Amino acid sequence: MLEAYLALFIKAVFIENIALTFFLGMCTFIAVSKTVETAFGLGIAVVVVQTITVPVNNLIFAYVLKDGALSWAGLGNVDLTFIGLVTYIGVIAAIVQILEMALDKYVPALYNALGIFLPLITVNCAILGGSLFMVQREYNFGESVVYGMGSGVGWALAIVALAGLREKMKYASVPKGLDGAGITFIVAGIMAIAFMLFSGIQL
Amino acid sequence: MKAFLNKHAKHFKKGGKLERWYPAFEMVDTFIYTPLEKTHGKTHVRDGIELKRIMTTVVIALLPCLVMALYNTGLQANNAIAATGANPEGWRHAIMAMLGVGYDPHSIYDNFIHGGMYFFPLYIATMIVGGTWEVLFAIVRKHEIGEAFLVTSLLYPLILPPTVPIWQAMVALSIGLVFGKELFGGTGRNLVNPALFSRAILFFSYPAAATGDSIWIALDGFSQATPLGGQALGLEMNVTFIDAFLGFIPGSMGETSTLACLFGAFVLIVTGIGSWRIILSSVAGLLIFTGLFYIAGSDTNPMFQLAPHWHLVLGGFAFAIVFMATDPVSATYTNRGKYYYGFLIGALTALVRVVNPAYPEGAMLAILFANIMAPLIDYLVIRANIKRRGVRSAA
Repeated sequence: MLEAYLALFIKAVFIENIALTFFLGMCTFIAVSKTVETAFGLGIAVVVVQTITVPVNNLIFAYVLKDGALSWAGLGNVDLTFIGLVTYIGVIAAIVQILEMALDKYVPALYNALGIFLPLITVNCAILGGSLFMVQREYNFGESVVYGMGSGVGWALAIVALAGLREKMKYASVPKGLDGAGITFIVAGIMAIAFMLFSGIQL
Repeated sequence: MKAFLNKHAKHFKKGGKLERWYPAFEMVDTFIYTPLEKTHGKTHVRDGIELKRIMTTVVIALLPCLVMALYNTGLQANNAIAATGANPEGWRHAIMAMLGVGYDPHSIYDNFIHGGMYFFPLYIATMIVGGTWEVLFAIVRKHEIGEAFLVTSLLYPLILPPTVPIWQAMVALSIGLVFGKELFGGTGRNLVNPALFSRAILFFSYPAAATGDSIWIALDGFSQATPLGGQALGLEMNVTFIDAFLGFIPGSMGETSTLACLFGAFVLIVTGIGSWRIILSSVAGLLIFTGLFYIAGSDTNPMFQLAPHWHLVLGGFAFAIVFMATDPVSATYTNRGKYYYGFLIGALTALVRVVNPAYPEGAMLAILFANIMAPLIDYLVIRANIKRRGVRSAA
């Protein structure tokens, strides 16, 4: 049991890194990776949100949306999977809002540290991608907690590493036309090749 | 020569008619003679070493590997020919017949010539591709030509299997050099080792030419796995430890001989170019992790049964850590970071070799991965240092 969870976690972090093997969450990945410090803040925020939203969406999927999931309410033959996409986005937006208010009230230090990144995450496709993968791969509740956390950590690792490379690139002299987002995409490509180190590991 | 260069220098200076070609002139000039420009003002550089001398030292450190590459490639091919009685054809063999060279695996001369038939075409092709891109970017972007491409062009054929088609090697090198180095501003600004990156491109773009059992020996249709690849398949180990250490085993051309790599390591460490910290910690990382796997054991995966000391002499690990991991540009900069960086390389190599069935050898990708993690390691080391000093000054 524990071993399976550990395998899933490692798989989500390294082997199927959500940023570098699926290229999800690219907008923030490219835009907010100029310094390690901010990238780290955003990474933590993604880990937190991902760890909460994936299991919550899992519960909603299992008890409301799935074919026949509403049998507890006497509606055994209703299939609501077609509104899944809208629901997950709504859930993510709502959770981010609630989280923001709760942090502001109870943990102002963390709220200040995360700052603008929390609302930004609402539109991060890595978060939605996490929920959709959870549905597609039919994870149960426990697995979706682990998967949410793992994919968040993997994304955070990727963006922090990218930020490190970009800080190092202060000394690079990039052709004018490629400076900024262009070269960052190339760097992300190089990183993806390096992450292929893990592809093929069977756990 | 000196007079000739000085006489024509004026054409290349600002306003001269060949101003655009100044980088090319500068390369020839400073390659032959130490530049005359001196530091001005109060700072004064005492050490005569600069990029070109460093690169020359690396080339010297590579020489034993080069010799082994020539000899062993020929030896393996001649052994295969002697074993199968094949009658090889092709332009290489036409040239060899013209020179009157035979296929006797006991003749050192035959082995060298046969190996050279495979190594030198690749080497010349790499030099042309590498030089062209470097000169092109230097002229268009008006920076000086970095001699690093000489080293890259020597390293690259050494980590290729002998049978790789030359055009594929050239395409992969072009992509690797342009996207891995030139776009970042050339020598000293690259994030990953360009030779390794090109090798990775080749590996993923042309898997048929870069993986499998039939590529390691330069004889058409002859298939023999490298000892490392054979172990992964559960085959009986067919080489002795001494042979593996000296390098008389199939593999990429320059990487088979651990002894030659040791010589390179010695030169690089004595001259202070390669970091002993990286080499030491990656060996430690490899030994510790393969040791753990060895102790843990496995019934289904034969790689678990390979003893740790074998991991040091098989595959490209020795070559990779001596010449690739110590690349001062793409490695970590802090001394403490170098230990972590090296350890990461060793550990990941062990991990890929043992538990990743997709690749029999992992040293190349492990170093690429460590390259992209290097700035982060440095960042954390510096942060920890700041914190430690903060605590100390507060106390």
